[in-house]
Amino acid sequence: MGELGAAWALDWMKRAQVVLGEHRMELIDLDRAIGDGDHGENMDRGFKAVVAKLDEAPPDDVAGVLKVVAMTLMSKVGGAAGPLYGTAFMRAAKVADADLDADAVVALLAAALEGIVARGKATTGEKTMVDAWSPAIDAARVVAEAGGSATEAFRAAAQGAADGAEATIPLRASKGRASYLGERSIGHKDPGATSTAYLLAVAAEAAEATLSVEVTP
Amino acid sequence: MVKVALVVVSHSVKLAEGVVELAAQMAREVTFRAAGGTENGEIGTSFDKVFAAVDELLEAGHDVAILTDLGSATMTVEAVLEMVDATRVRFADGPLVEGAVSAAVTAQVGGDLAAVCEAAQAKELFA
Repeated sequence: MGELGAAWALDWMKRAQVVLGEHRMELIDLDRAIGDGDHGENMDRGFKAVVAKLDEAPPDDVAGVLKVVAMTLMSKVGGAAGPLYGTAFMRAAKVADADLDADAVVALLAAALEGIVARGKATTGEKTMVDAWSPAIDAARVVAEAGGSATEAFRAAAQGAADGAEATIPLRASKGRASYLGERSIGHKDPGATSTAYLLAVAAEAAEATLSVEVTP
Repeated sequence: MVKVALVVVSHSVKLAEGVVELAAQMAREVTFRAAGGTENGEIGTSFDKVFAAVDELLEAGHDVAILTDLGSATMTVEAVLEMVDATRVRFADGPLVEGAVSAAVTAQVGGDLAAVCEAAQAKELFA
């Protein structure tokens, strides 16, 4: 029996809306440096729409929540992030258990990455969101194999994604709009990897909050 | 009715409409749909706009070839392709302007979906 269910998934999305709203300008600036500058705006609009949709009719399982997220992001996010995150959440929804344990967290994140790779055709080292997702999954897997909890797996994934996003700075982009800049893409943090790190950070925060609610007498 | 219809997907409303205008001049009986920009007409692509255009053409009995301008438009199209009858809808990969004209002319003279998508590559440009 896992720890994280629909309540966690709904809380994750609420926190995602907040964090992406807070970092809207940062993501815009990162994307202006090496892309078309719309990432902050798109993510902010997309996750506002996600939360509005979930508030209207909250699904009662994780898969249901993730499916609403996928369809809403696909519709509301105009840039590359729409189909990429949309596909990620759709694939994650397909493998999501009713209650996630650490192994299920790894499976969910791995399915999301497979979707991103299928859609964007990027591999690691190309200065894309794959460079955040990939180390996130590796870190979560280490926790799962050591018998850790779902919350610990998300915490490790969040750290892995944050480190991965930082590590995109010296990379030269070879996928996406930034690849047109060639050498000039070096020295900038990838906006998609950065938004991935924020998303996974709040997934971990929501997991911690879910736990603390449960232990409160 | 010309069997194969074309959907032009661009980040820009004007670019999509302009490509349709240009290609239609040489293919008067071909049905076109421009799916440019985001929902509110800003720069970007809209899953909903592309899906609605494809769905409407399928309902009308067409096979559908979809052309795009840049990578993220192509990703949006691929997401749409996962939700429709893949035997009747295809992504036609090629340079947008030349590809749309070449594909439209091929559709006009009765080419099937495979022939139209082949034409969209506008291979003569790179010969």
